[in-house]
Amino acid sequence: MSVLVVAEHDNKNLKSSTLNTISAAEKLSEDIHLLILGNKIEELAKSAKSIQLVKKVIICDHEKLENQIPELSSPIISNLAENYSHILAPSSTFGKNLLPRVSAQLDVTQISDIIGIESQDTFIRPIYAGNAISYVQTDQKINLMTIRPTSFEKCEEAGGDAAVENIPFIDSEVKTTFVSREVSKSDRPELGNARVVVSGGRGLENSDNFKLLYDLADKLNAAVGASRAAVDSGYIGNEYQVGQTGKMVAPELYIAVGISGAIQHLAGMKESKVIVAINKDLEAPIFNIADYGLSSDLFQAIPEIIKELDLLNQIES
Amino acid sequence: MKVLVAVKRVVDYKVQIRVKSDNSGVETQNVKMSVNPPDENAIEEAVKLKEQGLANEIISVSIGDDKSQDVLRTSMAMGIDRSILVKSQNTLEPLAVAKTLKIIIDKEKPDLVLMGKQAIDDDSNQTGQILSALLNWPQGCFISNLKIENNKVFISREIDEGIENLETSLPAVLTCDLRLNTPRFASLPNIMKAKKKPLETIDIDTLGIDTSSKIKTLKVIEPPKRKAGIMVNDVKELVQKLKYEAKVI
Repeated sequence: MSVLVVAEHDNKNLKSSTLNTISAAEKLSEDIHLLILGNKIEELAKSAKSIQLVKKVIICDHEKLENQIPELSSPIISNLAENYSHILAPSSTFGKNLLPRVSAQLDVTQISDIIGIESQDTFIRPIYAGNAISYVQTDQKINLMTIRPTSFEKCEEAGGDAAVENIPFIDSEVKTTFVSREVSKSDRPELGNARVVVSGGRGLENSDNFKLLYDLADKLNAAVGASRAAVDSGYIGNEYQVGQTGKMVAPELYIAVGISGAIQHLAGMKESKVIVAINKDLEAPIFNIADYGLSSDLFQAIPEIIKELDLLNQIES
Repeated sequence: MKVLVAVKRVVDYKVQIRVKSDNSGVETQNVKMSVNPPDENAIEEAVKLKEQGLANEIISVSIGDDKSQDVLRTSMAMGIDRSILVKSQNTLEPLAVAKTLKIIIDKEKPDLVLMGKQAIDDDSNQTGQILSALLNWPQGCFISNLKIENNKVFISREIDEGIENLETSLPAVLTCDLRLNTPRFASLPNIMKAKKKPLETIDIDTLGIDTSSKIKTLKVIEPPKRKAGIMVNDVKELVQKLKYEAKVI
């Protein structure tokens, strides 16, 4: 049967989490449909139809769908559900906010935050903040699943030519109105999606010192992250938080600077391919999971790393 | 205004959990149990609303075995007026939890329902959203700020990109982020007083809902361990290793 992927986007571009979710869908079916609910999304639909794995792009284009109010979008998804064996959304705040409403409307139990697909009905998901891994099986008529983006590769964005179908907007009475969104602007790569992440903890001591990290991040074309301790101390905004209560990341290189390595932080980054820890405290638990540890004062080490990287670049060029 | 808070009893967040040797689940016997952390934020917010004169009655509900009385007593020690325990021997999935809460809500008729954004055992992050849909009330998830004025509800939600601000109305279901507030510690006199507050018990079998599991757990295993790495002596060695050994820069 067909699989429906609910797209996460900003009305202009698909978020990379959508591409990860499509890759997960490929493990379930060859007939993948991508549902885009939004406002003025003609251009977006055009680029989405070239995703090779997608057989059909279904768009519902209405001004009321501009801000992804789940009370408005969930009935549209539920209405399509009977055509599908599985409905997938990324387990970002977008998918978490939306898909459980569909679960209520269809009266099926959703499976959250899937990190592996064993078969059509058997899935792998972390519990206890990733301190245990659960294999679950279900025989419900429809499988509702949120997918952890970092556990699946991004699919190719080109090479396809999917059919596009417009579906009518179904209005629902909604008492919630959108007021504003406070989004931090940055030229650096998106945290959930970057090849390299440079994260700072309480060891940075204040928000000014985070500039050191930004310099290092820019040298490596890296995203900047932070521990909960750094966020709670007000050094940096919560959208940078990596961990159980923040974002899950799995970059090729994760550099933890001045981070002790609380369980809740490790839950968000221990799937990274290579982990570097820089910390004065040799006893810091972060060293237990780091591939390369450097016990050093970060205020000396970071400028030195930047210097070394410059030297490397000079040699290469 | 009447506020209902849903709380769950979970393994304390400081406990290093252990997977059972038969791989059937996580060990919860003889382990310290506590109120699910974001549920504590929900309790705190309800108590604040009462202190501000916006709420006149605040009640807490939990679903679980007799031991779940602990977390309800804790909530009453923090300031909740009275509690309801829906007794169930089985662990319920989020859909069944939401259906159970809906029956209690239909009876209690609160104006506002608060709960944590997710339970730190199962990490499903579903119950509030499902409940909102079942009740057909507005949903506000992962909130880090709440202001109620003239029946209008202003919330800030923690989203991946930053913060989203919404306006909605009562009745509503709101799920709380850890950043919403700092839960108070219950003082000893308040812990004593909480022992005398009313705690009603309802057997889940009398509610007439399907609470059977739709999802079968085949096995629970430990996550793969990372192999121990090495300590480097200086920055130069670190950069060389990253360049030529790990090949990531």
